[in-house]
Amino acid sequence: MEKSINVTLKVWRQAGPKVKGAFETYKLNNVSTDSSFLEMMDQLNEQLISERKEPVVFDHDCREGICGMCSMFINGHPHGPDGEITTCQLHMRMFKDGETITVEPWRSAAFPVIKDLMVDRGAYDKIIQAGGYVNVNTGGVPDANAIPISKIDADEAMDAASCIGCGACAAACKNGSAMLFVAAKVSQLALLPQGRVEGAARAKAMVAKMDELGFGNCTNTGACEAECPKNVSISHIARLNREFICAKLSD
Amino acid sequence: MAKIEETKIDARIPEGPLAEKWSSYKAHQKLVNPANKRRLDIIVVGTGLAGASAAASLAELGFNVLNFCIQDSPRRAHSIAAQGGINAAKNYQNDGDSVYRLFYDTIKGGDYRAREANVYRLAEVSTSIIDQCVAQGVPFAREYGGLLDNRSFGGAQVSRTFYAKGQTGQQLLLGAYSALSRQVGKGAVKLYSRYEMLDVVVVEGRARGIIARNLVTGKTERFFAHAVVVGSGGYGNAFFLSTNAMGSNCSAAIQMYKKGAYFANPAYAQIHPTCIPVHGENQSKLTLMSESLRNDGRIWVPKKKEDAEAIRAGKKKATDLSEDERDYYLERRYPAFGNLVPRDVASRAAKERCDAGFGVGNTGLAVYLDFSDAINRLGENVVRARYGNLFQMYEKIVDHNPYKTPMMIYPAIHYTMGGVWVDYELQTSIQGLFCIGEANFSDHGANRLGASALMQGLADGYFVLPYTIQNYLADQIRVPRMSTDLPEFEAADKAVADKITKLMSIQGKRSVDSLHRELGLIMWDFVGMGRNKAGLESAIEKIKAVRKEFWSNVFVPGKSEDMNVELEKALRVADFIEIGDLMARDALMREESCGGHFREEYQTPEGEALRNDEEFSFASCWKFTGEGQEPVLIKEPLVYEFVHRQQRNYKA
Repeated sequence: MEKSINVTLKVWRQAGPKVKGAFETYKLNNVSTDSSFLEMMDQLNEQLISERKEPVVFDHDCREGICGMCSMFINGHPHGPDGEITTCQLHMRMFKDGETITVEPWRSAAFPVIKDLMVDRGAYDKIIQAGGYVNVNTGGVPDANAIPISKIDADEAMDAASCIGCGACAAACKNGSAMLFVAAKVSQLALLPQGRVEGAARAKAMVAKMDELGFGNCTNTGACEAECPKNVSISHIARLNREFICAKLSD
Repeated sequence: MAKIEETKIDARIPEGPLAEKWSSYKAHQKLVNPANKRRLDIIVVGTGLAGASAAASLAELGFNVLNFCIQDSPRRAHSIAAQGGINAAKNYQNDGDSVYRLFYDTIKGGDYRAREANVYRLAEVSTSIIDQCVAQGVPFAREYGGLLDNRSFGGAQVSRTFYAKGQTGQQLLLGAYSALSRQVGKGAVKLYSRYEMLDVVVVEGRARGIIARNLVTGKTERFFAHAVVVGSGGYGNAFFLSTNAMGSNCSAAIQMYKKGAYFANPAYAQIHPTCIPVHGENQSKLTLMSESLRNDGRIWVPKKKEDAEAIRAGKKKATDLSEDERDYYLERRYPAFGNLVPRDVASRAAKERCDAGFGVGNTGLAVYLDFSDAINRLGENVVRARYGNLFQMYEKIVDHNPYKTPMMIYPAIHYTMGGVWVDYELQTSIQGLFCIGEANFSDHGANRLGASALMQGLADGYFVLPYTIQNYLADQIRVPRMSTDLPEFEAADKAVADKITKLMSIQGKRSVDSLHRELGLIMWDFVGMGRNKAGLESAIEKIKAVRKEFWSNVFVPGKSEDMNVELEKALRVADFIEIGDLMARDALMREESCGGHFREEYQTPEGEALRNDEEFSFASCWKFTGEGQEPVLIKEPLVYEFVHRQQRNYKA
């Protein structure tokens, strides 16, 4: 049942990319436990605006766990302490009355802070632009049922494709590696006959771009998988490694 | 009464039999040769299904494309949140589907308020969309034999919906995004993310560019192009609480309207029947539960008011009621379609039961969506495989386990069928300005069927606009790239700057959100599921008061030349107030009920929508006449040459 709690928030405030940031502490009362975490942040911002202060800037959009826009490191976890969800799906019933909640932006070399809790994740787009696609133009393609695809492969490709590109994997990784993100795309397309054709070139191009953009290397700690809101499995990293090694060997 | 202007509107529909119009158009249209394509610039605003697919396809053809989105990445456009599926007339199931049947279901579903020619073209190109997506690597659901699987959706008696778990919109958008990214990588598309269009620039009657604000620096910039394409989505957020994303807005559409593009059928908004009910005052948005759930879920409320009251008081649970104490009201009222009636019908039926005192949940504004039959029939694992992610989403929000106890749902604003008026070529009433996807009004009439939004967005972007825009651009090949120092650019830029300065200088007492919520409540109460003359007239007055309060008492903190989220919201809310007013005016003018537009004065004895084809068989096109002035109405007659119109019947 609905009840309300009081919380203390330690929120990272940073006016711009080149400005030094710091934690600010705010008290927030009467937060409904049925509220989502972002609704609690809205409530904080309304309070700040009523005090004629600038609200906390954070990325958010669909608020149903699919757009990948929301981020936030909450009490040391990307997307907060609950599992298999994004920050917008985190609810205040997960927190205790009187609790202090620490909220930080993604901390990763390749994701510079824009303002407060908002970071620039353009590096993920650049990796996709380097090869995360099938080289087909609009029109002139075969009938959708021309190539049967095993349901098992299609389902596994779908699991990989459920990545929302939020950046939690790189933010969770002590090396700041984007391997899970890259692997999800490489794996999805490698599992399907339409993407298989260019599998080797794709793996090489995406890995090269990832390295160039300042992401770290993978040391198999598994933090990415543990924190991924969509449960993308690190077995995809194994597939990426195989694709990459095979591609390099045939060079 | 609305002022009526007797302008004749030419929708430029090709002559000839329905099934041959599109192929005949393509055979006779003008094209641009490859050398000239390189010299032509096209601005595409929006990176949803329509925008991303258009930007990618136009760049593939050889045009220079500038693509804008307000999000940090094109992949985040709200198309991503579509769950259930995409329709296509493939007839893979051999269950009697055809292009004609998809056309007919869509026309009927839209309550005979869409153009026949547009809808037929949509049905015709639907099959190519599926082929295209599969070629891109979209992992649609498959059967064990390796072929594509289909499910059924509301308003249809065939299974023509292709899906990727409950994340079809995501997968289709990522397909379009990958095609777009490929063109960005090649340098054929220049991408501007975290940019918001704030005005369209018209030079000598033709759209020649936009003014856009860089949301990170806060500075406005000018962009030239030979043609401007806008795919900026719908205006459902005028209601504050909707299933749209927080950033979804109607500002680009309102800018086009104020520059002279007609806005058509603003009153046609879709209230989706299966959303998670409102929990409290701090609620920021409503979450949709896919319509696909109605394939296996059964909707009911208690038969007896005492039971409903006991449930609301927390003294009884849904599972305490036996089969004969439950009223499966959709199955009772609509035996032929049952739980799969179209959305407008299902929403109104839920409202009717709740208004009559049979609603559940602590507010009484909810009905049950029950999976116990499906779980008994198919087993929990099958239900989990079909809807697992939706059930998980529900449980995270509501904290109830839908495998054990029925879901609670209630209608919410979801999609807007109305939008910027376009002709058959998707061109607005301003030359060189095109509008695609949900932002235009073209294909869904007064109600959109489930799984048809994805179809329309991708049809426009992949297969319609890349043809029709060439018919316009073929005449523009001699037009050189223009300087953005032209007086028209200066004037538009200055108007934007003045507006921003004004908003920043009010320094009132009300937050942007508080005013947006106030507008939303007016919209929901008077321009929502049940509308009437007195309510709509009072809504127009109340919206006027909100507009006055907004422009005199809003508080926008911070600076304008900086990342300023409150300023972004304020600019959008100013436009939601405008669209709210237009919606109320259109709803008041349309003295009939059709599709999602339900005027309480016009209903059949059974409470169904009562159309008036004699007087209202037209698309209502509103023309801007100046700030604070009443818009005028221009009618585009809807001529039905090929389909015989009937009262929609989902009973038998």
